[in-house]
Amino acid sequence: MSETFAMKVLGRATGKKVSEGEIVFVEPDFVLTHDNSAAIIDKFESTVPGGKVRYPDRIAIVLDHVVPAATSRNAAGHRQVRKFVREQGISNFFDVGVGVCHQVMPEMGLVLPGSIVLGSDSHTCTYGAFNAFATGIDRTEAAGLWITGRTWLRVPATINIELTGAFAGGVSAKDLILTIIGDVGSGGANYKAVEFNGPAVGGLRMSDRMTMANMGIEMGAKIAAFPSNIRTGEYFRNLDIPITGAVWSDHDAIYERTMEYDLSDVVPVVAKPHKVDNVVPVADLKGIGIDQVFLGTCTNGRLEDLKAAADILRGHTIASGVRLIVGPASRNEFLKADRQGIIAELVSAGAVMLPPGCGPCLGAHQGVLAPGEKCLSTANRNFRGRMGEKDAEIYLASPETAAASALTGRITDPREVAK
Amino acid sequence: MTVFHYPQDDINTDLLFPGKYTYTCSTGPEIMEHLLEDLDPTFSGRVQPGDIIITGDNFGCGSSREQPSLGLRHAGIRAVIARSFARIFYRSAINQGLLLVTSPEAVEHYSEGDEVSVDPAAGEVTVGDRKFAFPPLPGEMLEILEDGGLLEHISKRFGRGEE
Ligand code: SF4
Repeated sequence: MSETFAMKVLGRATGKKVSEGEIVFVEPDFVLTHDNSAAIIDKFESTVPGGKVRYPDRIAIVLDHVVPAATSRNAAGHRQVRKFVREQGISNFFDVGVGVCHQVMPEMGLVLPGSIVLGSDSHTCTYGAFNAFATGIDRTEAAGLWITGRTWLRVPATINIELTGAFAGGVSAKDLILTIIGDVGSGGANYKAVEFNGPAVGGLRMSDRMTMANMGIEMGAKIAAFPSNIRTGEYFRNLDIPITGAVWSDHDAIYERTMEYDLSDVVPVVAKPHKVDNVVPVADLKGIGIDQVFLGTCTNGRLEDLKAAADILRGHTIASGVRLIVGPASRNEFLKADRQGIIAELVSAGAVMLPPGCGPCLGAHQGVLAPGEKCLSTANRNFRGRMGEKDAEIYLASPETAAASALTGRITDPREVAK
Repeated sequence: MTVFHYPQDDINTDLLFPGKYTYTCSTGPEIMEHLLEDLDPTFSGRVQPGDIIITGDNFGCGSSREQPSLGLRHAGIRAVIARSFARIFYRSAINQGLLLVTSPEAVEHYSEGDEVSVDPAAGEVTVGDRKFAFPPLPGEMLEILEDGGLLEHISKRFGRGEE
């Protein structure tokens, strides 16, 4: 009794009761890597020349970061990964065009409730949406995991976030998580687990949960997790996967801190450059001109996000002088949106469609900024230099705010634009 | 020995190593050229083996990219002393064999020109004329650091036929 989600998952993985602060050794259920697999392969091969990965079935590789390849060096990296997965018998390999890793992993049924997933990408915490214990590691550690199949984790203390109420119109999960990050601070949940609890959790769609869990790392969190409930059940039923391992904290679990949010109090917000916790109401920034709007990424590139934007853009054209770049999070989400006519609506309004993948999120290609330009993005990071140019500015907001701002060419409160 | 003093909090991975180079630079010498480029453009030209960095809270927050920790290790940084570290960076530093010291007191006490030294096994950092204790790493993680990083550690274990 009195155990948190983190204690229960790590306890089960180690076969004993664990306590906070303790270091435990675990064999994760999955290890995710992406384009950075090429660099990891180099490390793997120089450490164990001619060696085999320990558990090929527990490795997933998704090419998503710079796809299709922007340079011949990227292309050579991709080729090296394809060769490696063939040689090593790694079947969970998803080539260019399938989507962003954090969308693809759950879509392919590789993230199960109660499982442990480590990924050499900081937004691996997204899988907390599916009741997984999921967190980021570096490339070297991924190479180590390929070799040994095990690593250490410190059992984190937990921050409990209690959610009540329902969103008002024009407000969405992105506004909520940005508001929370603004309060907690970019390091406020460092080393900690974050649990989302309370009656409002049941009303959050899986896409909302993914948006929120995805940004756990932006407050420093090790994991950001949701309980498994009816919506989780539906998600896995659609994949034809029975849920067997779901766990959640006890009612008397001891939290380091509890914070409460009423969703009906949340307003549209923006994280200003160059820190994610620099959060202010959209209303405070009204009128700031923007050069580019980017709708997409593992944070907000799903069907629900594209639809929210299309609902605002339908029948209109974006302001002249603004570029609207849209990157669906995966091929599946792209197809679903296409079948509903959403892609045609976005393109008619003036959007440039990118292939499923990370797009300009990490500043490598497909919409990098010029010096001094301002971009309003639905991604999760606005660090200086993130989109390829250190003298450019990135404002983070919801798909609704992104669409409203594309219409006017200025940062705009979505509640103000007539549908 | 030079002490690089960056007193601000939340120095993120893009400041330590810009994201636009993540798929063009992965070796020590390649990373060195751009290390701290957007934070202190003079750093990579000045840094010498044995140098120390002193900084604020949440150092290394952001991406899981390892170029920052790998680059600092390659540059020969003896230790980064901070009020606190972001967690993926903390892990990554152990994996790269880069010594991190969490000591808000040492950071507080430091003033320009102080000599700084670190004894990881004893868990002790000296700033000017004062010594501060910091929690040493537990068992296997100290071994990883002592072996010079995770893969070096694994190589050794494989070498001894323990796996
Ligand atoms: S979309 Fe952006 S944040 Fe998400 S995995 Fe890709 S680069 Fe990282």
